[in-house]
Amino acid sequence: MKALCWHGKKDIRCDTVPDPVIEHSRDAIVKVTSCAICGSDLHLFDGFMPGMEKGDIMGHEFMGEVVEVGADNKKLKIGDRVVVPFTICCGECEQCRRGNWSVCERSNRNKNLADKVFGHTTAGLFGYTHLTGGYAGGQAEYVRVPYADVTPVKIPDGLTDEQVLFLGDIFPTGWQAAVQCDIQPTDTVAVWGAGPVGQFAIRSAVLLGAKQVIAIDRVPERLTMAKAGGAIPIDFEEESVLEQLAELTHGKGPEKCIDAVGMESHATRSIDAMYDRAKQAVMLETDRPHVLREMIYVCRPAGVLSVPGVYGGLIDKIPFGAFMNKGLTMRTGQTHVNRWTDDLLRRIEEGQVDPSFVITHTVGLDQGPDMYKIFRDKQDGCIKVVLKP
Amino acid sequence: MAISTDKSSHASRALRRTARALGWFSVGLGMAELLAPRAMARVTGLRGRHTLIQAYGLREIATGIGLLTSDNPRPWLWARVAGDALDALTLASGANRLNPFADHVMRAMKVAAAVGALDVAAANMPDRRALASTDSRHDYSDRVGLARSPEAMRGVASDFMTPSDMRAPAPLRSQTLH
Repeated sequence: MKALCWHGKKDIRCDTVPDPVIEHSRDAIVKVTSCAICGSDLHLFDGFMPGMEKGDIMGHEFMGEVVEVGADNKKLKIGDRVVVPFTICCGECEQCRRGNWSVCERSNRNKNLADKVFGHTTAGLFGYTHLTGGYAGGQAEYVRVPYADVTPVKIPDGLTDEQVLFLGDIFPTGWQAAVQCDIQPTDTVAVWGAGPVGQFAIRSAVLLGAKQVIAIDRVPERLTMAKAGGAIPIDFEEESVLEQLAELTHGKGPEKCIDAVGMESHATRSIDAMYDRAKQAVMLETDRPHVLREMIYVCRPAGVLSVPGVYGGLIDKIPFGAFMNKGLTMRTGQTHVNRWTDDLLRRIEEGQVDPSFVITHTVGLDQGPDMYKIFRDKQDGCIKVVLKP
Repeated sequence: MAISTDKSSHASRALRRTARALGWFSVGLGMAELLAPRAMARVTGLRGRHTLIQAYGLREIATGIGLLTSDNPRPWLWARVAGDALDALTLASGANRLNPFADHVMRAMKVAAAVGALDVAAANMPDRRALASTDSRHDYSDRVGLARSPEAMRGVASDFMTPSDMRAPAPLRSQTLH
């Protein structure tokens, strides 16, 4: 089959690889009908996440048709149309039973490695380094889905791939980012990053009733899309984020702040951003946490910071004095996708939300390597790429 | 509320990046002229004019800071162009038979001409509005993604029950009373 494989930094290729096979009786094989390039895939593309090996199949946002089912899988049958969440979950461990799906204790088959790096393992993920299990990803014609009797979401007839594909990651990720803020009708929610997750966080905050939502980015197309979704745009290359947030909140700062940027922030007019670049260049820091610093600084005391943006390692010069003295709360983590999928699927079916709004490019799998570059460089108005294997 | 992306500058990203690069170049050149006027005089063939070179260094630093900090880099780019013209005149005054280092002056004039051309090109780069008017393919202003306008959809999901582990303690839930 064809699949997009990682061969090194900035080197993704469309290779011919062996078809996946059932390895466990709870598995299923899914024929992929649509998959997407996620912003977090760019961290692998840019070489910021350790633990990739040559030939690893990329992708954790995909859906398709079940074509093979393991003997003990009672949930799925051949022909079912499913969206597969990016987190692989056993459904039986203490964390899964609590609804903390993204920190499943059993699905990471490289648990020992994760224990050493993070202290305790987190869930296995599709196509996202050997630190999270080294599972083959979904930017391929077929995927083996482990524990396929747990997480896959069956899709009812009448909904297009484009409407439901993002239930596997970015829609629930944006939703969880907003839910973690415990939004009140009087809240101002500031969202750093108007990429795909930021776009869904904006719409989720609006649906959850935030008084005011603010989007911070520098890419005009993304800010335009954010404005269409109900956000007040701030272009950080043209305006002072601090001044604009102060003006919009009568000097008090936003109650809730969402970091939808993560480890590769591109701030250009700040000293700390230059400092991060320099430290990263000499391998004294892995991530660039400008957004975290800014959120801590601007957030109203007793406010909440929600961090769906992916961080991979070590960060530095975090103003923890401000964080502590202002009594801020930070909620973060990979998304507990299955906590939200039933509710979000209902909202899609009812027409409240149509997630296809975010798609700007749809191409064949063989064009995937080029689209990684276009997406990374935000060329051609690119916000979200869907691949059709 | 005076918040929008419609600011007077409207510099395109390419213009901003070029301005930033030229800003750092200006600061670097200015520091060299200010701190090492003798070396710069040797390189340019303008020996004995150290004070003038230091003054030009201050000018370069001021222009560089302007380029790096201003919301609208275009006036500072034109300021660089004016500075380039002054540099050319100064160098031309040293390009004569009486100057034993005239070959250095000629070389410096070629470099200054190249930098001047770059400054003129940068100062004439199109702004964001001009670019937008020639490319409407990426207008996402209709990508609402909701059933109705955001204002009409605000709070539609307020019946959602936030899980207890993601709820703020009651005293912190409603901070704003207006």
